[in-house]
Amino acid sequence: MSAVPISDATGPDVSSLKRKRNPKAGLLTTLTWILALGFFFPVLWMVLQAFKKETDAATDPPTFFFSPTLEQFKGVFDAGIGTPLLNSVFATVVSTLFVLLLGVPAAFALSLRPVRKTSDALFFFLSTKMLPIVAAIIPLYVIVGKIGMLDNVWTLVILYTAMNLPIAVWMMRSFFLEVPGELLEAASIDGASLWTSVREVILPLISPGIAATALICVIFSWNEFFFAVNMTAVDGQTMPVFLTSFMSGQGLYWAQLSAASVLAALPVVLAGWVAQNKLVRGLSFGAIK
Amino acid sequence: MSAGTPSDITSGKDQISRAEGWRRRGPLLPALIFLLVVTQVPFVFTLYYSTQSWNLVRPGSRHFVGLSNYVDVFKDSQFWQVALNTILLIVGTVLISVVLGLLFALLLDRKFLGRGIVRTLLITPFLVTPVAAALLWKTSLLSPTNGLVNWALSPLGVHTDWLSDFPLMSVMAELVWQWTPFMMLLILAGLQSMPKDIQEAARVDGATSFRLFRELTLPHLRRFIELGSVLGAIYLVNTFDAVYMMTSGGPGVSSANLPFYIYQRAFLGFDIGQAAAMGVVTVIGTMIVATLALRLIFKSFSGSEEAA
Repeated sequence: MSAVPISDATGPDVSSLKRKRNPKAGLLTTLTWILALGFFFPVLWMVLQAFKKETDAATDPPTFFFSPTLEQFKGVFDAGIGTPLLNSVFATVVSTLFVLLLGVPAAFALSLRPVRKTSDALFFFLSTKMLPIVAAIIPLYVIVGKIGMLDNVWTLVILYTAMNLPIAVWMMRSFFLEVPGELLEAASIDGASLWTSVREVILPLISPGIAATALICVIFSWNEFFFAVNMTAVDGQTMPVFLTSFMSGQGLYWAQLSAASVLAALPVVLAGWVAQNKLVRGLSFGAIK
Repeated sequence: MSAGTPSDITSGKDQISRAEGWRRRGPLLPALIFLLVVTQVPFVFTLYYSTQSWNLVRPGSRHFVGLSNYVDVFKDSQFWQVALNTILLIVGTVLISVVLGLLFALLLDRKFLGRGIVRTLLITPFLVTPVAAALLWKTSLLSPTNGLVNWALSPLGVHTDWLSDFPLMSVMAELVWQWTPFMMLLILAGLQSMPKDIQEAARVDGATSFRLFRELTLPHLRRFIELGSVLGAIYLVNTFDAVYMMTSGGPGVSSANLPFYIYQRAFLGFDIGQAAAMGVVTVIGTMIVATLALRLIFKSFSGSEEAA
């Protein structure tokens, strides 16, 4: 592979199979659009429901034409979205900062100046991702309870840091490995200290990679549910847990639930749209450029 | 980590002094120690709890019982049903989402009007908060009273309470919807890393599209598909949101998977010893499969990167 940076799938089209405008291509395009719209439709429906009155949301057959209202969003705010929203933002942002704080040096140590047993360390990081979380939840619950940290958003910060750190290390390592070695050598010949070359040569080069890693961590933390539902109740509640409060026994608040879902999903959907090229790399532990 | 294996990365280089070794290792240690404490210590506790008869409902009943929790787990027919559900859920979801992902990726690997928009639409299900996605499927799509699926199928005379009649399939459908975009992105990355000149040459030589696909594209995509399957499986082992929100594992345990069943035992049944033993069995099973699979995948990847 040449030294092309991360391939940008939205960039100039790389498909060289340039087809002439023919009926077959047009048909394929139509089919693609139909499939994509069908696949996306549930999301669109969720958004539509969010702007309906409860009576319009629960009709049979479903209502497609209605006069939109912001009533449900108002209802969601009245239902106390403040605490979960703040908690979600806090747990997401702080855990992501911790991941970078711990992960950037680790990725550096595992790439540009490899330590002994690098592959052992890498495999250890990966193996923590393969452990089914459920096997750790009971002791975690007991320990967290003993130190009085149940229903505390800091508990989620710690757990989310641990959850995202392995992926982040793998991902950032793959970015570090792309830094050309000659650049570092040149810097050290020029008498730059390690710290200087890290700060002035390496970090600027991999900052897009760090940003992408951070975004992946944000997505995972924001969407996390298992820890949140087991470790928090009221004060430490996050957005996914908040959503469950709209499921009353009768499950009647469909429109309001949709509005809350839209609010919970929106930040991550927007972030993911921006970072779609980097998404694969993060999710595949950096195995794919 | 085993001691004594020679480092395969630094071995070729000149001897690194002890001080330099520590300076290099230093940046790694905080992350390593943090992860050890947060992920491995609880697991050691799980091992310990699994040897205890410990039910929170009966205070003071806690005592050492050796391996009898494990014996009970293996004798528990529900556990086997749930383990089977877990495997079905993972294998089914991975297979279907790989096939759909491949289809979408192939459709997107062309130049056409609005390609960027189509791709964005297709990845959205993956980004929607899993709890919101599960609730969306439960309340808006699969609901027996006013679900869109029944409404769409009503001309065919279909009217089903999907969640109680086909609970595992309903959960799987939702997971497929969420995971297909991931497979699509991965396979798309594979398609775009294909050397196009070979394709061009084969086409000039008169190869049909189908032969091109079977003999060039598919072999090239193999490792991307393998990677997607393994990673999908690793993430899906931990599926909890969908089961919890959509069916609560029911009816009975017909749609429960291991995370949900263990959660139920621990947090609703308060049977800590049993739940811990199940956790250990789950971990061992997962580790065996995942280690074999990952070794295969990463070998295939690092091998071909050198070749490229």
